[in-house]
Amino acid sequence: MDLAASGMFLPPQTVGTILCCICGVTMSPNSANMCVTCLRSRVDITEGLPRHAALFYCPECQCYLQPPRTWIRADLESKELLTFCLRRLKPLTRNVRIINAEFVWTEPHSKRIKLRLRIQKEVLNGAILEQSHIVEFTQHDNLCESCTRYQANPDQWVAAVQLRQHVSHRRTFFFLEQLILRHGAASRAINIKEADRGVDFFFGNRSHAVKFVDFISNSIPAQSRSDKQLVSHDPKSSTYNYKYTFSVEICPICREDLICLPPKVAKSFGNLGPLVLCMKVSNSIALLDPLTLRIAYLDANKYWASPFKAFLSSRQLVEFIVLDVDLESSEIVVGGLKYALAYVQVARLSDFGKNDNIFSVRTHLGHLLCPGDYALGYDLYGANINDIEMDKYKGLDIPHVILLKKSYEQMRKKKRGKARSWKLKSLNMEVDGTIKARPDEEKRTAEYEEFLWDLEENPEMRFNISLYRDKDYQPSEMASTVDGDDLPSVPLDELIAELDISDDENDNTNSME
Amino acid sequence: MATRHKFEKCCDIGIFSKLTNAYCLVTIGGSENFYSVFKGELGDAFPVVKTSIACGSLIIGALCVGNKNGLLVPHTTTDQEVQHLRNNLPDQVIVRRIEEKIYDFDSCISCNDHIALTHPDLDWETEEHIVDVLGVDVVRHSVDGDDFAGCYCSFTNNGGLVTPHTSDEELEELSTLLQVPLVAGTVNKGSWCISAGVIVNDWTAFCGSDTTDTELSVIESVFKLNKAQPSMIVNKTTNLLIYS
Repeated sequence: MDLAASGMFLPPQTVGTILCCICGVTMSPNSANMCVTCLRSRVDITEGLPRHAALFYCPECQCYLQPPRTWIRADLESKELLTFCLRRLKPLTRNVRIINAEFVWTEPHSKRIKLRLRIQKEVLNGAILEQSHIVEFTQHDNLCESCTRYQANPDQWVAAVQLRQHVSHRRTFFFLEQLILRHGAASRAINIKEADRGVDFFFGNRSHAVKFVDFISNSIPAQSRSDKQLVSHDPKSSTYNYKYTFSVEICPICREDLICLPPKVAKSFGNLGPLVLCMKVSNSIALLDPLTLRIAYLDANKYWASPFKAFLSSRQLVEFIVLDVDLESSEIVVGGLKYALAYVQVARLSDFGKNDNIFSVRTHLGHLLCPGDYALGYDLYGANINDIEMDKYKGLDIPHVILLKKSYEQMRKKKRGKARSWKLKSLNMEVDGTIKARPDEEKRTAEYEEFLWDLEENPEMRFNISLYRDKDYQPSEMASTVDGDDLPSVPLDELIAELDISDDENDNTNSME
Repeated sequence: MATRHKFEKCCDIGIFSKLTNAYCLVTIGGSENFYSVFKGELGDAFPVVKTSIACGSLIIGALCVGNKNGLLVPHTTTDQEVQHLRNNLPDQVIVRRIEEKIYDFDSCISCNDHIALTHPDLDWETEEHIVDVLGVDVVRHSVDGDDFAGCYCSFTNNGGLVTPHTSDEELEELSTLLQVPLVAGTVNKGSWCISAGVIVNDWTAFCGSDTTDTELSVIESVFKLNKAQPSMIVNKTTNLLIYS
């Protein structure tokens, strides 16, 4: 080593030959000084290694049992199965070193798995011998616990979460569905069922249900109650099996609702004008007074302490045409959104051209509206107000019209039937099959369409939702805009390319773009 | 003619005994069987001496080194032992105690009646003693890169056996130095420690009982034991008598 480096002459060393001490054949010396054949015949390093072992296999879910309780999914002759088999052999092969392991082909229905191992072990005076060894695993069929339970009763659930919202539309549930999909909160649900005014989620484990309820409470102001029912009781080991039910009531205030605040709540916010618009619902409700541009936030606890209902919701929106805009103040940012106070002159679209009913109203949409625009708002002049809270106020000056948002209806009429460049995924829900399903379905599709328009118009609503690029969408050749302003649409960079790795997606032509 | 032998289950008889052309040393302790095999093989006229060396130690073969001219023992040998040896060995054999702090002479020195192969770092004084007592020329060399050549080789006036790991070039070199033919081989079923496994003189050898037939044939051929046997001489004479 060092001698060579120092340049000293080292005579070449050829390895001598000796006779094998047992059979006398010439060989080069090794640490046992026996030829390999003699060594092999004398020493068997696979002595004491297992040749047979047993595996338990669940034919339903193709899992193998790792005692005491875990079931591991593995395909035949896969990497996972190899690791699993080696792990089963581990305690028995402590003294030898496994160099290589591979599967030997066996008939798939033979219920035998053969493994060929190459084993190295030290024998005699340090000679290392390598030998190949075959282990045969017998597969015994045995249903795993979850499959047994499923076989016994397919609808078996342990915990159920019932989400309810007592309003006449399902917009909240569309939004929630997207939110759940994005965060994967319902990934552990055994079953999802649609009910009359809500959705039911069924889970196999109480903790999954609790996690789901927590997720919902963090996204939406909701109140929950839980209950349990005894299913069975084992007196000997004193274990009790329960069915747990969580009832989650979502607050009935939705976006774009017109609310008359009860006097106490209005006072707690510093005399916020009793008529407020709900601008945003996340884990707290944002209420905007359109006449003074003040925003108040109401969180779940505070709401449920003194609950109130909206008295006009987006169903009752009426379309108006803007005749004149008179900006009162400059654009300000309130609660992350821009508003500007203005006096506008509007007329109902149904009245326009027929009579001269013009309303002069104060609105918060001064920054958006120009004469000739269309706007949606609540018609309080013609409405039949029947609200308990309203009656509590004496001498309240109710404006005739409260405008809510700019309307893109007319533009949509022109572009009707045009496809969108994006699409949404949906949860697979079991629909509650009732007789009055048919008219509901039309209402449902109309509501869903409105929800999609909402998404297009409001970027902050898209914040927590994943939008996927629609591969079937072809932008039309006549892409140039004829009219001045565009319909609000989702910019392309917000869309997610759909990743197709599961088999049950509908369009799986190609994967990542 | 080589004989297989064992000292109380241990096959390394070279540790417990020493064989030269003039005498044989056997350790005390152990059964009479060990001693009687030597006696039976070597004949009544040949001195087979039971002894211990270095305050009663049994591993006499490892501690001392000698040939027909003399015997060297380590400095730990007691006076009684030296006296015992002097009394029992033939008169021409000089017994001397070396003062250098070497305990295991057998691994440092390996010799026949003409040449000794020693550890390269041996004292000059010890070398003088060796030349004096054993009447040999001293060659300082290592075997297979290891300085303690004594345990890796064993040679007589006729031939020698070295460990299997020695390269061909080294074998040739040693052979030229020692002027006897050398062969690489094993003893005691693949053991590479030759001097512990086999003790040999010009006409006979004893090896451990694990030695295989192949190894035995190698030993017999390299030390040329087949021809030089006392019994052979007797046979020859009988043949002559019959024919005449």
